[in-house]
Amino acid sequence: MSEDRPISAFPDGLWTQPQPSVPSGDDTVSGDDTVSEVQRIRTPASFVYDYTPGRAPSRFLRGLAEKKILGEKCPVSGDVYVPSRGMSPVEGLPTTEAVEVGPKATITSFCVVHIGFGENAPPTPFVSALILPDGAAVSLYGTILGIPHGDVRIGLRVEPVWLPHDQLTTSFENITHWEPIDEPDVAAERLKGHM
Amino acid sequence: MAGANNSQDLLRAPLTIEFGFSRTTGPVIGAFLTGLVEQRVLGIKDSTGRIVCPPVEYDSVTGEPITEMVEVGTEGIITSWSWVNTPREGQPVQDPHALALIRLDGADTAMMHVVAADSDEEVATGARVRIRWSAERTGQITDIECFELVEE
Repeated sequence: MSEDRPISAFPDGLWTQPQPSVPSGDDTVSGDDTVSEVQRIRTPASFVYDYTPGRAPSRFLRGLAEKKILGEKCPVSGDVYVPSRGMSPVEGLPTTEAVEVGPKATITSFCVVHIGFGENAPPTPFVSALILPDGAAVSLYGTILGIPHGDVRIGLRVEPVWLPHDQLTTSFENITHWEPIDEPDVAAERLKGHM
Repeated sequence: MAGANNSQDLLRAPLTIEFGFSRTTGPVIGAFLTGLVEQRVLGIKDSTGRIVCPPVEYDSVTGEPITEMVEVGTEGIITSWSWVNTPREGQPVQDPHALALIRLDGADTAMMHVVAADSDEEVATGARVRIRWSAERTGQITDIECFELVEE
């Protein structure tokens, strides 16, 4: 986490807890009468996992190490799920055919983030978006940079920006963010059901 | 798929999900934590005259705010405890230790903290303990490094 952010003030009358009376301390104990009043503490909570993504997500992550976005096809509908969980959520059947999708893609939904968190969060405000790679039936999460946040829109065409080749690992973080490309927007009706 | 049942095909990685909470203490807990920096422990008097330590902000019976803080002792007795044989990552003490409820002298309620001891045979309900202060105190409950048993 980064440093403290200012917090907003409570509206008048909402904060009603009275100030307690505190017995004065014996300065000889600590020898320090410059102790400032504690008003705020950090109480981080973390869950540490040894994460095994499973077979199908492992295939997706190995693809990313080669700068490929791999989906897997539903044998009935032909829909390509990315990342695949190994089966079609609609048909309940295994997805056995790997299909490379993207890298060009379309924004299907987005929001402007004003309070970022995490060590790798870009400076705020930035845009977090759902991004539909060409050829895929479902969208991926990503960060949109390289365009003023007010200009981002559903249907905007984007492409991924990858880490330098020698830094690629089997990680979704290989895609640092997505940037607009010079192609016409996709009509919103064509994005229905693909968020 | 070929090799699909071979566990060597599986990726694995450490994954830490962390919530980096930063919270305001309010005036009562803030005064308690400020006291720890000064090596003193504050409780608070409730509507029945009991001294609650660590202090609470509202009376447990009436729900009214309570404000009269009082200093309690830095020694007390163990009212309940359990032995932690295998401390987990992130716990304040990495050696085997007791986690105990400790009622400080002058207080009517107990606080939970670590009791340092070489083995569980040294720990007993009713045993007398005193605070060992951390050298660096920043206004957290870990400003009390642990409690240590008092020879009687």
